[in-house]
Amino acid sequence: MIGGVAAGPGRIPALVKLGVLAVFVSSLVALHSPVALAIALAGVLALAGILIALRRFGWRAFAAQLGPVLWLVVPAAALNAWLAGPEAAAVLALRVLAAVGAAGIFTLSTPVPELLDAIGSLLRPFRRWVDADRVGLVLALTIRSVPLVAGLVGAVREARKARGVERSLRALAVPVVLRTIQTAEELGEALIARGADDGPSEERVSLGR
Amino acid sequence: MARLRFEGVGVRFGDARVLDGIDLDLTERRIGVVGANGSGKSTLARLINGLVSPTSGRLLVDDLDVAREGRAVRRRVGFVFTNPDSQIVMPTVREDVAFTLRPRKLPKAETSARVDAVLDRLGIAHLADRPAHHLSGGQKQLLALAAVLVGEPDVLVADEPTTLLDARNAREIAARFAELPQQVLLVTHQLGLVADFDRVLVVDAGRIVADDEPGPALAFYERLLDAEDAASGGRP
Repeated sequence: MIGGVAAGPGRIPALVKLGVLAVFVSSLVALHSPVALAIALAGVLALAGILIALRRFGWRAFAAQLGPVLWLVVPAAALNAWLAGPEAAAVLALRVLAAVGAAGIFTLSTPVPELLDAIGSLLRPFRRWVDADRVGLVLALTIRSVPLVAGLVGAVREARKARGVERSLRALAVPVVLRTIQTAEELGEALIARGADDGPSEERVSLGR
Repeated sequence: MARLRFEGVGVRFGDARVLDGIDLDLTERRIGVVGANGSGKSTLARLINGLVSPTSGRLLVDDLDVAREGRAVRRRVGFVFTNPDSQIVMPTVREDVAFTLRPRKLPKAETSARVDAVLDRLGIAHLADRPAHHLSGGQKQLLALAAVLVGEPDVLVADEPTTLLDARNAREIAARFAELPQQVLLVTHQLGLVADFDRVLVVDAGRIVADDEPGPALAFYERLLDAEDAASGGRP
């Protein structure tokens, strides 16, 4: 689950959290010692542990943030170990895991509307050139698309199995792509129907249709 | 009640004529639309919210021309789709309902009060902080309805909102629609849902072929289906 968190009292403002996250991730890029990066990752995991203990989010939700990244990190680290040595591989893996873990804590502990408001505040100085509401909407849709596409893939995998072609990549890819496009079209229509493109400014460009 | 006026409305998608010469004046509180798949009934419903524009004629919601004043029309006309999954934008139930009010820039307290009120009214207040994509089909459709109602539309257009639901959930959604004070235009294949409506339109091949009270209109539709089955020899 991403962003499925209720607003509550005593929470750190999203803009502050976003700033801390930006500084932390930038610092990770500057660190080149595996020990320092291991300490950073341990800090991220400790913070996640505290928030899980405080019931701000569940451990499964946090694991779901890191799990998919392992598919990328493990082969990349193996390749890096072969090409540049074990230390470079450790730096790569620890840096990515610490960054993704920190970003995961941010998304799990920040209600999406607060995140959208924070982005709106950040973009306010650039409102002549950037539509903050539009950027927020894109972000919300990106977050929404994760469970939506996961659900589509699950349904198509079941259908593939039922037809006895569970090893066929085409039987997975084609329906997933087609249904994703169809769902995107339906979502676009729903956004228009809900007036998502009917903001206060009259000169806004249409969403599509 | 709002007045929905179709004046010679036609819709073409490329070479395909989807609706042709529709003239209607709808002022009733409960209006049903029935017809076979591909008859044009969903396009008829989508016109009212501005999701589809007429290629000929014009459609007025009260005095607002849908093609020219879509934004004002959408504030007055809410739309519920067949698949509630396609309507959910935000991660939790409360956030998704509040999303409808975002463009209006209301104070947070007012947004929160309106969201709580509509969730309570539809009996889903206990789901407020639940992840929206973890709900059952019936709960998702109630969420979709809440997300529309929070905008306080005068007219509610629903395109087969019970088609993907089991019988129990379909009954639940139908009961919620029946309670609404708004003017409702319901497109459906489930004829029982419109049996006690004020007016029922039968759409066939892009035209209104019957426009009457439910009894005679639905009887006409049944005869139409029988005649089509006989002509096709029962082939789908």
